[in-house]
Amino acid sequence: MTEIFGVPTQALFGQLLIGLINGSFYALLSLGLAVIFGLLNIINFTHGAQYMMGAFCAWFLLNKLGLGYGWALVLAPIAVGAFGVLIERTMLRRLYHLDHLYGLLLTFGLALVIQGLFRHEFGSSGLPYAIPKALEGGTNLGFMYLPNYRAWVVGFSLAVCLATWFVIEKTRLGSYLRAATENPQLVRAFGINVPRMITLTYGFGVGLAALAGVMAAPIYTVSPLMGADLIIVVFAVVVIGGMGSIMGSIVTGFALGLIEGLTKVFYPEASNTVIFIIMAIVLMIRPAGLFGTPR
Amino acid sequence: MNGRPQLATRLAAPAAGLRQQRIALAAMVAFFALAPAVIYPVFLMKVMCFALFACAFNLLIGYGGLLSFGHAMFFGGAAYVSAHAAKVWGFPPELAILAATAAAAALGLVTGAIAIRRQGIYFAMITLALAQMVYFFCVQAPFTGGEDGIQAVPRGRLFGIVDLGQTGAIYALVFAVFIGGFLLIYRVIHSPFGQVLKAIRENEPRAVSLGYNADRYKLLAFVLSAALAGLAGGTKALVFQLASLTDVHWTMSGEVVLMTLVGGLGTVFGPVVGALVIVAMANYLAQLGAWVTVVQGLIFAVCVLTFRRGVVGELAHWLRKPL
Amino acid sequence: MTLKRTLVATAVAALAGAAHAQISDGVIRIGVMNDQSGTYADLAGPGSVVAARMAVEDFGAAKKGMKVEILVADHQNKPDVGSNIARQWYDVDKVDAIFDVPTSSVVLAVNEVTKQKNKALIVSTGATSDLTGKACTPNSIHWTYDTWSLANGTGSAIVKTGGDTWFFLTADYAFGHALERDTEAVVLKQGGKVLGKVRHPFPTADFSSFLLQAQASKAKIIGLANAGADTINAIKQGAEFGITRGGQQFAGLLVFLTDVHALGLEKAQGLLLTEAFYWDLNAQTRAWSQRFAKLHKGAMPTMAQAGVYSAVLHYLKAVEALKSDDGPKVIEQMKKMPSEDPVFGKGRVRQDGRHVHNMYLFEVKKPAESKGPWDYYKLRATIPAEQAFRPEKEGGCPLVK
Repeated sequence: MTEIFGVPTQALFGQLLIGLINGSFYALLSLGLAVIFGLLNIINFTHGAQYMMGAFCAWFLLNKLGLGYGWALVLAPIAVGAFGVLIERTMLRRLYHLDHLYGLLLTFGLALVIQGLFRHEFGSSGLPYAIPKALEGGTNLGFMYLPNYRAWVVGFSLAVCLATWFVIEKTRLGSYLRAATENPQLVRAFGINVPRMITLTYGFGVGLAALAGVMAAPIYTVSPLMGADLIIVVFAVVVIGGMGSIMGSIVTGFALGLIEGLTKVFYPEASNTVIFIIMAIVLMIRPAGLFGTPR
Repeated sequence: MNGRPQLATRLAAPAAGLRQQRIALAAMVAFFALAPAVIYPVFLMKVMCFALFACAFNLLIGYGGLLSFGHAMFFGGAAYVSAHAAKVWGFPPELAILAATAAAAALGLVTGAIAIRRQGIYFAMITLALAQMVYFFCVQAPFTGGEDGIQAVPRGRLFGIVDLGQTGAIYALVFAVFIGGFLLIYRVIHSPFGQVLKAIRENEPRAVSLGYNADRYKLLAFVLSAALAGLAGGTKALVFQLASLTDVHWTMSGEVVLMTLVGGLGTVFGPVVGALVIVAMANYLAQLGAWVTVVQGLIFAVCVLTFRRGVVGELAHWLRKPL
Repeated sequence: MTLKRTLVATAVAALAGAAHAQISDGVIRIGVMNDQSGTYADLAGPGSVVAARMAVEDFGAAKKGMKVEILVADHQNKPDVGSNIARQWYDVDKVDAIFDVPTSSVVLAVNEVTKQKNKALIVSTGATSDLTGKACTPNSIHWTYDTWSLANGTGSAIVKTGGDTWFFLTADYAFGHALERDTEAVVLKQGGKVLGKVRHPFPTADFSSFLLQAQASKAKIIGLANAGADTINAIKQGAEFGITRGGQQFAGLLVFLTDVHALGLEKAQGLLLTEAFYWDLNAQTRAWSQRFAKLHKGAMPTMAQAGVYSAVLHYLKAVEALKSDDGPKVIEQMKKMPSEDPVFGKGRVRQDGRHVHNMYLFEVKKPAESKGPWDYYKLRATIPAEQAFRPEKEGGCPLVK
């Protein structure tokens, strides 16, 4: 068995693959955040809570309505996205004329409310959600046993990320969105309903968070606090990638997963901190992030 | 993002309203001096420690215009230093608190140097990241005791004479520390330094063009804020004889933001009122478990949407005098 | 006639009053402090309060003319919250004794405050064996179980049945370290080998990378030195990664009935664990547990909740015998009197504060073997009381002469 730096290659590849899987969650979540910040200049602290709501939605659909994973993948993002639209319409909209930090504070408060309510109702220990039958089992890759569901996670996340990037960067709808953020008055003058676009974009970003939540439900326990500590890491990913850059968040998300996986092998104690160290360094050298454009 | 954060209340010229501020100061001193007769003293000591923490935070955001989302690293880090100094090194309480303050100031210098280069959201994010690093360091480092925290911290004898085990004695110490810290902040706000800081907050390019080194002023404010937060944390560790991970967790950073927001960003007395409200609420709603978080979140949301000036800010607005 | 009756009545009242004069304010206040809504809410939580109330009722406080009040608080598994509550309870609410207290870090903090205020603490759910070791005080008793007895029970039983190579998955905090240390000592003493260990943050959601390392070690037994949600997650994800398919087995070093309930027999079958109590052990435990379940939404009691019942009952008996609720005196009395109740049977409290009783090694049933909800365990071995706990002299408790 060959070794790299004292670690057997088998173990190394195994950890890297795990890291890639975790990275896909980071990428999916930071994608939603990047869309919301990049296009709307809102820092959505509620993202973690909305991720959690997506997971609970999946649980609810299965246990109360008998609708399985496939349904959850479609319905949960729509439901939570609608909730996001409601938030934007009633509360966030009033803060656009103020400093962006107020948006941050509001979404922070909302996150506390949502998490507290769920905690009150469901306790903190979490609820079980089974891996869908079609995705059970796994394949033996030689260097590790890869559960099918985890392979699905990587594939699907990658697909969603690339599809979103394509829509925003390469289609007309995307170009309207980007134009609307840069110069809303002008775009409005062209007859495009800018406030509605903003609302729908926020809803879309929230929907992405919920989608990540549905995907997380079978492997991580569905619990009210599942998003709370994750959100800080995702913020770091978005900042490193460049707060407005979609591709930056995707790449950084996957890259971070890999780096975390490597750290877990060589120096596990630091696996929690490595992302923040990288963020501090990046912010010092390239303040706008790796892929971002300075504003 | 333009360089004019509008987070703080625009205050009237400081000379006006001095009488109101003096009255408020006297009321505050009287309250904390007399209240222990009717209210549980340990609760009041907790309020005072957090009030000092919030005032230190407010110095940075209200007067410096910099929102730090990682202030728990100074508060909690200092609590650990103070606890360790008192318990393991056998420092007397006054030296333990001083060591804690110095440590917080040093940490403030290092983190400030990194964070000051950016503004607004980026500044907040950097402070959050740095605070997370400190948190994870505290989780791992053996001297912090990890999840257990540092327990059974001896209160010791102040100056070798006064036994702080007595509630009256420790209350007097906390009272002195709080009033001292508060007056220091008050002095800083109303000094030429404070004026320059406000100028930088209002319009940094203009301040720079007038010849002020904006970065140096901001860094100094940051270090001062960190040191005073450390003073609060170091004192708290001795009062409760415990330093734990709760003190360095990011939710603690969020709480101090909440206290200042509720009390009134950029007002002198706001943070004290905010601390009183939030600590009292947490105490009396503790029976209800998860509801505390919900209520805190609601207060946050309501304050941001409709009550941006905070309690003291609204009062000041009504009186048309700064408070 | 009436005058005589009045005189007798007054005399009785005066005597009763005199007896109660030594009970602070005439009311015995019991505080049940635990995690009401978090990770440990199911294994203790509101159930412990139910158990405490049952104990007060069974003791017959009302008939004996003794007033007993129960206060409840949620310490959220944080030592600062726990010590604040304890302080306030002792100073302001005049609580006489605190019961339950899961989470070892909170136990140590509350222990400290109890010693300072000279009251009483009887821990039913917290695990740290330091409470009867270097942290022992004349004000505390450790009732149900501790890390040493768990390590001893599960560790030695597993090694004896052939599980002689171990890999530890440890929660990176004091409790996890203690459990790992105690179990490793037992495994090595029995001639087993520890092939590796990995520390995971507390709490952790994703065990995949740690499980991978455990698989790579090829140890026969993967020891889970963690509790609650961590144990559940590790076992769930272990099933996902085919741990048992590869011939390895999980050993849950601290597992409660409610954890098995949350996992489901499909995933938990074959798990070996040590507990101090199981509802289906004998006719007495069955009867008591049925009563408990009626008051607690049909859920069977865990050893933690049973421990609260047993401890409160013994405490009240001691207060009655002593006619006083003075902290250290009652603790002393509890050590003098042997304990007996339908839950633990006969037991006694040692000088170091350790309550000794039988411990039991269980194996989780296969789904086909279970006759209904909560029918999860089969008994593999009984560890007699005198062997189940760390010998008194080895703890380092200054109270032991």
